[in-house]
Amino acid sequence: MSLWRIALRSIQHRLFPSLLTMISMALGVTLVVVVLSVHGVMQESFTSNASLGYNMIVGAKGGKLQLTLNTVYYLSSPVENIPYEYYLEFLTADQRDREITTAVRVEAEAIRQAMAGFDLLGSPAVGLAPASLLGGMIAEQALERGAARHLDRGRPGKFAIYTEFALPVCLGDYLGNFRVVGTVPELFERLRYGEDSEKKYAFKAGRNFQRHSEDHGYFEAVLGSTVARELKLKVGDPIAPAHGSVDGHKHAQQFTVVGILAPTGTPNDRAAFINMEGFYLMEEHAEPVPTKTESEKSADGDPATADGGASVEPPVAAEQPFVLPRAESSSIPLPLEQRKVTSLLVLSKQRGALSLQYLVGKGKDAQAIFPLQEILSLFTFIVTPLQRALLFLTAMICVVSGTSILVSIYNSMSERKREIAVIRALGAGRSTVMTIILLESIILAIGGGLIGWTLGHSLNAAASGQIEEYTGVSLGFFDLAPGLKMGDLFEMASTSGVWEWKISPEVVVLPALILLAIGSGFLPALSAYRTDVSRSLGS
Amino acid sequence: MLLLEGIRKSYREPNGARLPVLDVPRFAIGECEQVVLLGRSGCGKTTLLHVIAGITRADAGKIKFDGRDVARFSEAGLDRYRAAKIGYVFQTFNLLPAFNALENVLLGMTFVRGLKDPERARRLLDRVGLAHRWHHKPSAMSVGEQQRVAVARALANRPRLLLADEPTANVDPANQQNIIDLIRATCDEDRIALLMVTHSNEVAEQFSRRERLDEINQIAQAHGGAA
Repeated sequence: MSLWRIALRSIQHRLFPSLLTMISMALGVTLVVVVLSVHGVMQESFTSNASLGYNMIVGAKGGKLQLTLNTVYYLSSPVENIPYEYYLEFLTADQRDREITTAVRVEAEAIRQAMAGFDLLGSPAVGLAPASLLGGMIAEQALERGAARHLDRGRPGKFAIYTEFALPVCLGDYLGNFRVVGTVPELFERLRYGEDSEKKYAFKAGRNFQRHSEDHGYFEAVLGSTVARELKLKVGDPIAPAHGSVDGHKHAQQFTVVGILAPTGTPNDRAAFINMEGFYLMEEHAEPVPTKTESEKSADGDPATADGGASVEPPVAAEQPFVLPRAESSSIPLPLEQRKVTSLLVLSKQRGALSLQYLVGKGKDAQAIFPLQEILSLFTFIVTPLQRALLFLTAMICVVSGTSILVSIYNSMSERKREIAVIRALGAGRSTVMTIILLESIILAIGGGLIGWTLGHSLNAAASGQIEEYTGVSLGFFDLAPGLKMGDLFEMASTSGVWEWKISPEVVVLPALILLAIGSGFLPALSAYRTDVSRSLGS
Repeated sequence: MLLLEGIRKSYREPNGARLPVLDVPRFAIGECEQVVLLGRSGCGKTTLLHVIAGITRADAGKIKFDGRDVARFSEAGLDRYRAAKIGYVFQTFNLLPAFNALENVLLGMTFVRGLKDPERARRLLDRVGLAHRWHHKPSAMSVGEQQRVAVARALANRPRLLLADEPTANVDPANQQNIIDLIRATCDEDRIALLMVTHSNEVAEQFSRRERLDEINQIAQAHGGAA
């Protein structure tokens, strides 16, 4: 009969206390698995959110962390806006001219349509040109002049040479509890996610929104996967954002959902994206028409003047541009000077980041920040201590589990002294009885460990939908807790060699826990080793 | 086969004083010999068996088994000697409650290197008339059946010497003779020497060689045979 069988029989004989010990061990391991999974998911979620596809955020001066939380995570209270001109300064000459020209033409067309109303009232028989044609020409010229003065064309934006791309983001409205993000369709083509920024945004249903579509004009929306699921929205449904806060009044203007994003595990799952042109057309989103003097503009930090005049000519006169009288919920795009953006997501050219940060920061009303730095410092100061607390908890669980085995076996030793003495009398050596006791703790530890592992992974599997929804990290039954770098696991600062290897902490912690449990069987095993056979047989 | 010379054994009392228990100038058992030791409770019968089995060490003296002095064996040597040469039947059977009858018998051969013979364990159970009860645990057996399993276990390692410590003390009168007959017959068949200690004259009278412990143990003599 093998020693394993002797140990197993002994456990079977003390089934109830052995089961209690195993359950205690199993609960410990379950907690360890869950804690390690939470820890790993937090880490992986952070890592994947750290890969944004852009490296800078340009926004109003103020708290850097607040700007990051607002723009990356859609958290924290809203920040101030920056002028739309800032956005144009990040574009190439072609892009910039296209933006300005498009805006001018659309505006002129809108004026022409408005003047057409006069044609119906007046008589074309008098030999005059129709009012709409005349008005349109006048309007276009006026707008051109205004735009030329205001936003000189034919030059690249002054930050363009440092910029790969810049994507405008307008925040402030809500859909249910979720943030509404006014932006451009290119957002989903430019941005990436995943640990190595390798994943492109994909649509679970429908398509990306367009700047202007035949069917819905400027009013198309794309929903993050969580938003669509929680609000039970699908492609084709109308949505009406609330102004300014979760319980703000609903805008009259409705958008049509044209696409739903596939889950990404990024905060974008919890956002509703609408066409920026449509965003500007909602009531209370138009800035008051600027009527400032040149000196006032300069003092406000207009990019054309506040940057030290690097490459932009200042406007020549404080002329008030032509402003079209507009009704609420107009379908005519908002003039450029009435627009503002909350922030710009910028990918700088390889060596342009610091120059860009310096140049933007030199002005009075904008700053350029590196979101990763902010996220990292946030994690260093808040999340890392939390993770350490979780790891400490894990260590304590290990100790408690080990102690439970120690207590259980040790308590049984007094009643087993005679049994051990009999085995010794039959010829078993001291080391043999010690081995039998150690084998018992191995069986209890491994049995409890397996039950706990199964339980922990069942919990992970049961919660996998929600975990994936909130973090984008997929965690099936057989998936180990997300891997950590060896250096992180052992608190080693080195960033080379084996410390760079990524392993699941379960691979280290669970065997360690089982070893600890086995180790805790050593004390009772020693007691068995020291059993006085003669006295125990006589008792 | 077994020769005890000048064996002395004492225990330390709680107050630190030594309490002498054994003083056996000479005692011998021949090959296949069956000896009964008669003595009352507390006269050192169990201690003497423990000393012979190497369960406890004598303070002084020689225990020669086949010419080798067991008293000089190391701890591990004593374990091997006990596992290979000695069979032990306890007064209280000492079957392990976690194991069934067959496993208890198998346990008797577990600690002898190279001896793992479940068939022999079954045959031994058959010899003691319990082949059909092999899967029963001690708690499901009568006292007499338990002692018969204990006898089978003591024989499992093919011992040279069987030590039986009051094997019938806890058995009902109807079964006492069966147990004695069983032990003597199996020792005869397997050519095993037998040293049985008892306080029963009835049992002692069945053996051709009878010894009184208070005659061979001088400590018991000094206490007037009351030890």
